[in-house]
Amino acid sequence: MLLRVEIGDEEIRTATVVAEMKAGEDGAVCVFDGIVRNNTRGRETLYLDYEAYREMALAQMKSLVAEAVARFGVRDVALMHRLGRLHVGETSVLVVVASAHRGAAFEACRWVIDTLKKQVPIWKKETFADGAVWADGEAFPEEVALGEKLK
Amino acid sequence: MRVDVLYFGMLKEFFGAERDVFELAEDNTVAALLELLRGRAVTDLPVWNSLAVAVNREYAGLGTKLKDGDEVALLPPVSGGSGDALAS
Repeated sequence: MLLRVEIGDEEIRTATVVAEMKAGEDGAVCVFDGIVRNNTRGRETLYLDYEAYREMALAQMKSLVAEAVARFGVRDVALMHRLGRLHVGETSVLVVVASAHRGAAFEACRWVIDTLKKQVPIWKKETFADGAVWADGEAFPEEVALGEKLK
Repeated sequence: MRVDVLYFGMLKEFFGAERDVFELAEDNTVAALLELLRGRAVTDLPVWNSLAVAVNREYAGLGTKLKDGDEVALLPPVSGGSGDALAS
């Protein structure tokens, strides 16, 4: 179990990471390869700029993969996020789960990406053919959101 | 005491800086710092109702006590990964 976690500017090489994750005792490798889409709600996307609170994001990502192993009993998880400017079709986030059985692999993979999108401090600014905007983002989980308490 | 304040996402543009240093009286909390920031802002702080705050890289509550040298980050709703909330 390596629990490979990375956040940085380098290209994510999905095929290589997936190949390196496989081991003899695995019956399944579940991959979520998150790529830049060419539009948001019909608006043409030129590129996305990702930024992060790097130290905190890395720590959160590490605890996410450790929790995924503990919760779902999978053998190994790799989690990578790329920062900087990304163009259509490029991988921004990669989750790879290796497990003896497919059920746990699917569940763990889904849980890791869903949880990352709610609580790991990474943001993206979307530049469209006709303007730029910070993505709305997902509401923070209740335990960390301050909004209601601030009103 | 002095605390380092970090801004991310749209807040970085709103404050025109990546970080600030604030001088606060002892025994202040996250809530007091936020009120101070809100008071300084010319217009309403964007994403005020959906903020989270981290102190020394851990999510914190309004009542979290600050101490000299703390690193306080103001975090707009996060949007890592691909896609958006509707399509993910």
